[in-house]
Amino acid sequence: MIAIQTKALTKRYKDRLAVNALDLSIEQGELFALLGVNGAGKTTTIKMLSCLTRPTSGDAFLLGDSVLSNPDAVKKKINISPQETAVAGNLSVKENLELVAGIYGSDAKTAQSKTNEMLSTFGLSEIAQHKAKTISGGMQRRLSIAMALISHPRILFLDEPTLGLDVFARRELWSAIEKLKGEITIILTTHYMEEAEALSDRIGIMTRGRLQDVGTSAELIAKTGTKTFEDAFIALASESEVDR
Amino acid sequence: MKFLLFASRNRKEILRDPLNLAFGIGFPLIVLLLLSVIQANIPVSLFEIGKLAPGIAVFGLSFIALFSGTLIAKDRSTSFLMRLFASPLSASDFILGYTLPFLPIAMAQSALCFGVSFFLGLQMNANILLTLLVLFPVASLFIGIGLLAGSVFTDKQVGGVCGALLTNLSAWLSGTWFDLNLVGGAFKTIAYVLPFVHAVDAAKAAMAGDTASIFPSLWWVIGYAVVILIMAIFVFAKKMHSDQI
Repeated sequence: MIAIQTKALTKRYKDRLAVNALDLSIEQGELFALLGVNGAGKTTTIKMLSCLTRPTSGDAFLLGDSVLSNPDAVKKKINISPQETAVAGNLSVKENLELVAGIYGSDAKTAQSKTNEMLSTFGLSEIAQHKAKTISGGMQRRLSIAMALISHPRILFLDEPTLGLDVFARRELWSAIEKLKGEITIILTTHYMEEAEALSDRIGIMTRGRLQDVGTSAELIAKTGTKTFEDAFIALASESEVDR
Repeated sequence: MKFLLFASRNRKEILRDPLNLAFGIGFPLIVLLLLSVIQANIPVSLFEIGKLAPGIAVFGLSFIALFSGTLIAKDRSTSFLMRLFASPLSASDFILGYTLPFLPIAMAQSALCFGVSFFLGLQMNANILLTLLVLFPVASLFIGIGLLAGSVFTDKQVGGVCGALLTNLSAWLSGTWFDLNLVGGAFKTIAYVLPFVHAVDAAKAAMAGDTASIFPSLWWVIGYAVVILIMAIFVFAKKMHSDQI
């Protein structure tokens, strides 16, 4: 069953075309990576799919609901972990989780139980009472993703989840994300080749607002006749430069 | 009732920041003590406590705009607001969540100011309660200014606009530090076009039990508060649906 379907989804900022007629179909339970250099249109795509930015034209359907005509229904099914850690700094780790659970409709008792579940799943139990602003960047990222998952979304958007993390924190977060695979549909944006290759079922390569190609990492390597996924990405991204 | 959860978060964010407590409560109290010491050492009645306390209470409330503006601007810059904009919270949840927690904080701040003033000679009577009631629209005005500034500016800019400019304007143009008649002219005219001196005049009248003199001044404050709150709600709601949160 299809979780996300976009139809000529387009976003224009004055004279800059951020996303250009994006046609994309993502299956339920799939982990789909949007890969591209800075300014490729990845974050704008996520913002449109999560009803944060209205498309200039085209539409997107999330589990059958349009982001244009039924954003309230869409918002109940999704959650997002933005590029920045987006936590409430003076609230404890536990309070951050309980806040989001409550906002998505859980009563106090359920929010507490969901919070305990997330604290345990993401290895945050020991720092549950610490203020969010005092914990490490890696832990803040984990908290950010836990906050996005506590509402039990059917679709989860992870915008550059490992940006700025050291290699250990990144690998820890990969492990947490891998555990979610198959359970919920995940759209992950990144500009790390190895991250897209390691985590995703399929990868969409975006360059200058266009979806250049879609496939598994093996398919994209085979298609470009390259040896590594990084080479495949460069070959596909370069095609876009030549086409300009 | 999701706004209550959000309001609770905002209250905690403000009260757990020691800088907020130092500036919002500590600084006005220091000014109150200093001016009272000056009054004790001069022969003329310049900073008589019955008139000084309402002025300092209004000055203290100007910091509420700094708190609320900084909170909103930080929520924007850290993408916390982006996370919440993608949630089922409605525009009214945001507005109520960002305004309601500041009202009890403002009232507690004013009550503390009057509590300290009691030890400096302020008479405790029913007029204090009336003054707190009069300060309610004043607090709403500053909350509205904070909401507006936080929706438009970055947290650093809010620090400049609300922290430096607004607190100084509300201090110098309020008639608390000196009688505006002493300066007169354009200075006095500008002061009386702005709401700060009216806020202090209304609070002073309430403190003196002069109920007849409260409303001409308080209408100015209420008018400003309504216009600025409407503007703030409009700008914030527009920001919710704009491309640049």
